[in-house]
Amino acid sequence: MVRRLVAIWAAACRPFEFLRERLVPKVVFVSADGTETVVDSAPGVSLMLVATQNGVEGIVAECGGNCSCATCHVWVREEFLPLLGGPEDMEEDLLDLGVSERRPGSRLSCQITLTDDLDGLAVDIPPEQP
Amino acid sequence: VTDGVLIVGASQAGVQLATSLRDLGYQEPISLVGAEPRPPYQRPPLSKALLLGRVDEASLVFRASSFYADRGIEVVCGERVREIALPGGGAVGGGVATTESGRSFSFAHLALTVGARPRRLAVPGADLDGVCYVRDVDDALRLRRALGQARDVVVIGGGYIGLEAASAARSLGRSVTVVEAAERLLARSVVPIVSDFYRAAHERRGVDVRLGVGVTGLTERGGRVAAVVLSDGTELPADLVLVGIGAAPRTELAEALGLGCDGGIVVDRSARTSDPKVVAAGDCTVGPHPVTGEGRVRLESVQNAVVQAKVAAAALAGRPAPGPEVPWFWSDQYDLKLQIAGLSAGYDDHVVRGDPDTERFSVLYYREGALLAVDAVNNAADYLAVRKALATGVAIPAAEARDAGRPLKSFLVPAARSA
Repeated sequence: MVRRLVAIWAAACRPFEFLRERLVPKVVFVSADGTETVVDSAPGVSLMLVATQNGVEGIVAECGGNCSCATCHVWVREEFLPLLGGPEDMEEDLLDLGVSERRPGSRLSCQITLTDDLDGLAVDIPPEQP
Repeated sequence: VTDGVLIVGASQAGVQLATSLRDLGYQEPISLVGAEPRPPYQRPPLSKALLLGRVDEASLVFRASSFYADRGIEVVCGERVREIALPGGGAVGGGVATTESGRSFSFAHLALTVGARPRRLAVPGADLDGVCYVRDVDDALRLRRALGQARDVVVIGGGYIGLEAASAARSLGRSVTVVEAAERLLARSVVPIVSDFYRAAHERRGVDVRLGVGVTGLTERGGRVAAVVLSDGTELPADLVLVGIGAAPRTELAEALGLGCDGGIVVDRSARTSDPKVVAAGDCTVGPHPVTGEGRVRLESVQNAVVQAKVAAAALAGRPAPGPEVPWFWSDQYDLKLQIAGLSAGYDDHVVRGDPDTERFSVLYYREGALLAVDAVNNAADYLAVRKALATGVAIPAAEARDAGRPLKSFLVPAARSA
């Protein structure tokens, strides 16, 4: 009986799946050729991690997120910059010398911790990581 | 199927090799077989952030399973390869590898990315409860739990693993003693000034560092470790002992195949073993010095695993090998980040920039006037400048580098000086 009710409930909910899809926070990676990759955000973990685990091309992250290699460089879209705060000293030094083209929105994605507020965060991926 | 590549060892090198093969357009099947019952993950945080509870197990996983599926990479976990027969060795068709559970995998080409195992302490009492190692995630989780209850922690070995674990234990408020047989810490990899700095830094934070003394045995109480006995007769009370005395390459499969081994599986600059059908990469290998191309060195680092795996993938895919990369390495202890670029072995001169007592300084290494490497503590600017100088062949003369007030970056961009 219970199982039957659950089945009916599940069937009734199915048309609303798209809503659930829309409710899960997302982040958007835009590659150099304009291809957009949308992945589910995961509040509490780094932007780099959702990129590497989901195989976003162009985020190398060789050191695994330890602020040591500068191969997870992204250009954060301007509208999101106020939400992020600036880089700390170590990241600042890596951005200063370690990336191919530093821009105002340059960040190392391993140093950006995702939050609910960052739903829809859009970043551009440089054509090369050093 | 007798085509394709079998990669034994679901390690950093193994994952990179599989991924690079697909990036190079390799079309044949790829199987990646690992002994651990979990998807491939990164190891450096095991002795650092994982012990401190700053990251969890799930965040160590390299790739979601869909990543491998999308690229046609078969990942098999929890299967340890026991026996391998190479193609052409009398058998018809390709090679076959058999796991301990009896599964078999056929292949045309073989890659060994089997890593290393921790060297075991060989003294009486070494197998008591409370004696830990850190190599895989289970070890690290066990150590993390033990650190939660321990009072007196003794770390045997003053290398990177030992010092990182000591730093985690001390940060968690435990009483910590580090015992190192050599006369200084990190003796294999850094100059005495950096060794002395780490000794002072640990002592400032309350760690008891004992140098030049061996361990002769462990005593027990109720089946658990109770004390560490030193060669000078001292007994250090211990309810948790962490052993970090190095790692030994896993060469047994290679040896059984008759491949050349010499303190690691011997590979050439193309990451090929003594049998051209077999490549190897990562901690299990010894190969030519990555900069000079001479001799045989064993490098235990993420960077070496990654670059060797890329070279191995190119060899298997019949593509030109990627150019050499500047070796780099890092270690996190407390709020101290050590970053190393280049290889300092063989240096005949060094320059210290900044005062180690400030916990922000760097050491540049030279040989016959040429820059070899940098060890930088909380100084990413010097680390990156040297890394870039080594990659691009820019000189940073020792005499000028001595001026700590001059940013090393100015050597890279001469115009920046007059600007």
